[in-house]
Amino acid sequence: MIEEPHAKTLVLGVGNMLMADEGVGVAVVKRLIAQYHVPEEVLILDGGTLGLDLLYYLEGVENLLIVDAVQADIAPGELLRLEGDDVPSFLSMKISPHQIGVPDMLFAAKFKGVYPRNIVLWGVRPELLDIGLELSPVVARQVGTLVGNVVEQLKQWGHTLAPVQ
Amino acid sequence: MRAVENALGVKIPNNARILRNIIEGIQYVQDHVIHFYHLHALDWVDVVSALSADPKGTSDLAQSISDWPKSSADYFKGIQDKLAAFVNTGQLGPFANAYWGHSAYKLPPEANLMAVAHYLEALDWQRDVIRAHALLGSKNPHLQTYLVGGMASPIDPTSQAAINADTIAQLKGMFTRAKEFVDKVYLPDVLAVAPFYLDWAGIGGGLGNYLSYGDFPQADGSPWLPQGYILGKDLSKVHPVDHQQIAEYITHSWYESDDDSASKHPWDGETKPKYSGPKPPYEFLDTDKKYTWMKAPRLADHPMEVGPLARMLVAYASGHPRVKEVVGAVLKTLGAGPEVLFSTLGRTAARCIETVVTAEKLNEWVDELAASMKSGDLSIHDWNVWDPEKWPADVKGWGYTEAPRGSLGHWIHIKDKKIFNYQAVVPSTWNCSPRDAKGQMGAYESALLGTPIADPKMPLEVLRTIHSFDPCMACGVHLLNLEGNEINEVTLQSAHGFSGPLLRFNGRNGGS
Repeated sequence: MIEEPHAKTLVLGVGNMLMADEGVGVAVVKRLIAQYHVPEEVLILDGGTLGLDLLYYLEGVENLLIVDAVQADIAPGELLRLEGDDVPSFLSMKISPHQIGVPDMLFAAKFKGVYPRNIVLWGVRPELLDIGLELSPVVARQVGTLVGNVVEQLKQWGHTLAPVQ
Repeated sequence: MRAVENALGVKIPNNARILRNIIEGIQYVQDHVIHFYHLHALDWVDVVSALSADPKGTSDLAQSISDWPKSSADYFKGIQDKLAAFVNTGQLGPFANAYWGHSAYKLPPEANLMAVAHYLEALDWQRDVIRAHALLGSKNPHLQTYLVGGMASPIDPTSQAAINADTIAQLKGMFTRAKEFVDKVYLPDVLAVAPFYLDWAGIGGGLGNYLSYGDFPQADGSPWLPQGYILGKDLSKVHPVDHQQIAEYITHSWYESDDDSASKHPWDGETKPKYSGPKPPYEFLDTDKKYTWMKAPRLADHPMEVGPLARMLVAYASGHPRVKEVVGAVLKTLGAGPEVLFSTLGRTAARCIETVVTAEKLNEWVDELAASMKSGDLSIHDWNVWDPEKWPADVKGWGYTEAPRGSLGHWIHIKDKKIFNYQAVVPSTWNCSPRDAKGQMGAYESALLGTPIADPKMPLEVLRTIHSFDPCMACGVHLLNLEGNEINEVTLQSAHGFSGPLLRFNGRNGGS
């Protein structure tokens, strides 16, 4: 009943699917799972809006690939890739525990010695952050590209994903 | 779910009742511990100060308050070294977004180091205890086993595919560990930190009206934590709750209504969003007009505070034996009377007290479930309720629970086998409520009046009180912000001649 973590590589899509583009990370991992056979040593995880709970899945993971919506100085729909220490990890003051997110998780991972050897983040700047299940057109168009980027990154880490026929 | 069950007159099987209590109980324990260590502790604990602690001193302190085994000087030295390694990487990143060094931090470095160690231990602890939800809910978070009429998880002591004797044994182990951490780490920490912040027993009280719907139904139907409300901090009288007296105002909320000054019971409630504020981003909201998406719920026209403090006060004033006992012990340790509970510190202490009394109930409920299974009762669900032919043509229901954050009510109107109207009044709506037609403040706003602020640019004191309510805001937004990590900016207005809400949050996440 409980999924025990054992993956060497973790692909983590995070976000809230009820808030349009906020959920793009989850949309990418869902499409990935639908389109590819995933090897056993790779875990593709819909991280939803979890924060510190995700720490558990980092144990034993060497390569971590995160897909998320990012607020950065780029145009809506534009992609961004970060690697290694450029991926933010910090402990921040916040109003509500619901705001505990990926940076907090990575901070705790460093502290607990489960920070992966390789870490890559693929982000996309959202256009629409409002209640709604649909991605904005400009972000929806990037889901395929992001899936391709994830597959390519996994290949660099030695995992080949065969498309579902 | 309970709203539908109430509308259709469903009585769930005994096993389902017990299972729901277990799941909700461990949710309280996990939520409260995580709230304290991973959110609220940073309001009281200066992480950077822990670097200058003497680990031997931390060890002496830890051993003086608890027999928790992880308390050696070497252990705390190890934690301190890890912390130092962070700071020495040159990137101040992990520590940049807080108020470290603020004059309102009062703990000695040794206590700060102890708290940092327990922050980390709480991470491992929660990973262990929340497995109970995976066991009983098939998945955590967002459990999958609740349904109208009972639960979806089969119970059978001899089946591998059901909640069985092995599950019972696993739960008992987890809950024993959960309770041990609460008794030996969480409670001693709160009692050790509180004396340094006793001034906060006189700050942040607010409304003084406290509501609990009551929850954890027992075999006889009565709730383990009682229902009732208290007015004006008067613990000598607990008033009975009549849900018909609950109504919401939208006077200052961005919704349409035929009469902005009238309140509506949720069965008649409407949610017609109509934004009339300035075009964002804005710097000023006219609080004489509509200024929020929150509605203003009232009970018998009184604003209410909800949450662990409200539940503990209602239980205390109702004469709940175990709550009275633990509250009494905590007050004795602090050398104070019950009046200190009406405060920010009281809210934080009450959350811990509730965790203590709930953690010790968990295995009682597991034993109750085991005894029920042993008696041969394997019923978990009433399927009859799923036949629409048996539903009345027009029926209403209200379902309530005490969520970890406070009173949660759902109201449903079922007409011609369809949902005709559905309204929810959630805990943070009570606590974060705007003003009503009479101008009465909600719990947060009232609690912030008179808060001393050492540095308006770093309003740590405001966060303490807001965090003490355990707010649910920017709900589940995970946007990764790469444009600087500034804290939610808090704008303060002078209390003199002040007519609007004291606070504005410019949430970094764009949430509400």
